Amino acid sequence: MDDLYREQIIDRYKNPQMRGRLDPHDYTYEDDNPLCGDRIRIDLRVDDEGRINEAAFSGDGCAISQAAADLLTERVVGMSLEEVKSYTKDELIEMLGIDLGPVRMKCALLSLKVLKAGVYGLDELEEELASL
Amino acid sequence: MATPQTNNTLDVGAIRKDFPILGREIKEGVPLVYLDSAASSQKPSQVIHAMSRFYETEYANVHRGIHTLAEEATAAFESAREKVARFVGAESPRQLIFTRNATEAINLVAHSWGRANLQDGDRVLLTQMEHHSNIVPWQMLAAELGFTIDYAPMTEDHRIDLERYGQMLEQGPKLVGFTQMSNVLGTINPVARMTEMAHGAGAVVLVDGAQSVPHMAVNVAELDVDFLVFSAHKMCGPTGIGALYGRRELLEEMPPFMGGGEMIKRVQFDSFTVTELPSKFEAGTPPIAQAVGFGAAVDYISNLGMPAIRQHEQEMIERALDQLEEVPGVRIYGPAAEHKGAVAAFTLSDAHPHDIAEILDRRGVAVRAGHHCAMPLHEKLGLPATTRASFYLYNTSDEIDSLIEGLYDVKKVFA
Ligand SMILES: Cc1ncc(COP(=O)(O)O)c(C=O)c1O
Repeated sequence: MDDLYREQIIDRYKNPQMRGRLDPHDYTYEDDNPLCGDRIRIDLRVDDEGRINEAAFSGDGCAISQAAADLLTERVVGMSLEEVKSYTKDELIEMLGIDLGPVRMKCALLSLKVLKAGVYGLDELEEELASL
Repeated sequence: MATPQTNNTLDVGAIRKDFPILGREIKEGVPLVYLDSAASSQKPSQVIHAMSRFYETEYANVHRGIHTLAEEATAAFESAREKVARFVGAESPRQLIFTRNATEAINLVAHSWGRANLQDGDRVLLTQMEHHSNIVPWQMLAAELGFTIDYAPMTEDHRIDLERYGQMLEQGPKLVGFTQMSNVLGTINPVARMTEMAHGAGAVVLVDGAQSVPHMAVNVAELDVDFLVFSAHKMCGPTGIGALYGRRELLEEMPPFMGGGEMIKRVQFDSFTVTELPSKFEAGTPPIAQAVGFGAAVDYISNLGMPAIRQHEQEMIERALDQLEEVPGVRIYGPAAEHKGAVAAFTLSDAHPHDIAEILDRRGVAVRAGHHCAMPLHEKLGLPATTRASFYLYNTSDEIDSLIEGLYDVKKVFA
């Protein structure tokens, strides 16, 4: 019936694979989308070579934000921090496979913003993060 | 032009014809079902036309010219003030200050009355059901002046806990501020009673009428409140204008809020003298056409009759709550229908309010999702967000049916 609420999105929302907390962690960050109250935290563990070997997300929010966070945290396991830096919002949107209007775009991109701010800090990626 | 009125009931069919936007479709074959009037109401053509007619025939700046247009515009502006003042039962139009909205009116009181009267060690008493606009201005001022803010709690059924409120008054707050109607729970607070109690404790009382003034008869003299704030845009009027009613002695004593033209009697290079009420609080060119629209809005709803509007909304909320309760998984927040206005905030199983609003929109049903500018209240409820359907004089029971059908769509998606 639905373009936005594809099976993958609903399934990830109801049965997330990556939900949880990592304690201790090497990186953690939390942010929210004040417009609709979506809130996401991402924890990462990184190996000696700077590759993410564990990732988890927590928080609450709409199906789009939570499914995107679940897919993104799954995707980044095995990536180097450099690769995280160059991972683009278009790649995330493509992975979600849905058409998003400007409001829902914010929901979808919240996890990417949290991920990048967690790894690189708000200052370094200020321009890019402001556009998410 | 005015909608004819019979008895004490609304002719909703005729009223809907006054609101051009209610005739539109959200997409092909899907009519608009507007259930978001608590955020902002729609506007009847009587208001829209009053404003365009004013621009087309009488517009000029007010209070500053001696040409014909300036006089006509000033007369129209001041006549709007009289209408709004009379509408809330103010003794004199001079006690009715035009502001940008309810929020600015609260900020005016905080900056002017608050700065002159509050200091370190003082207390301000609010309630747990306030909108951010009646919390943040006080928090900003408290950070500067060092007074303490307390929040009167609610009962289990989301009404003000009068016993605890009474106890908190014993701590001697200088100002008590509360909403007459919660924009989330719909709770209608017993303003006269709460004001009497607060006055007994020596406090000044500010009432947030943003959600009550549009929906029920509110009379400052009967309620005996010191300040009342409200916004035109929630009561069929335009955006950009709201009002502050104040007790005359308080307004007279208060220092001005903003400085500029209009609020002065005389300016020299090293000093100024402040002019009289209400101009003292209206620095700069005011929202002139908006005031005209505000006056037309007050005419429109007064003509329908506030008791009739309240009666209609009472029927709507009773019906809405009954039907919502029958949807499995729905949980409603707020007191029973007889204690509330036409606002229904709810959750539906584990569907997020944002997703609910999105799916309802496909049926043309416009509701609001989120914390509705009441984050502390949602924290108290233990919820990040709710979905809110709100009703006004133009809503019908068919529209409640559309809402309910939409909720079954949501359940299908999240089954
Ligand atoms: C209870 C309450 N108070 C204050 C306000 C603020 O109104 P405005 O945004 O028009 O200043 C609102 C509007 O949402 C409200 O519902």
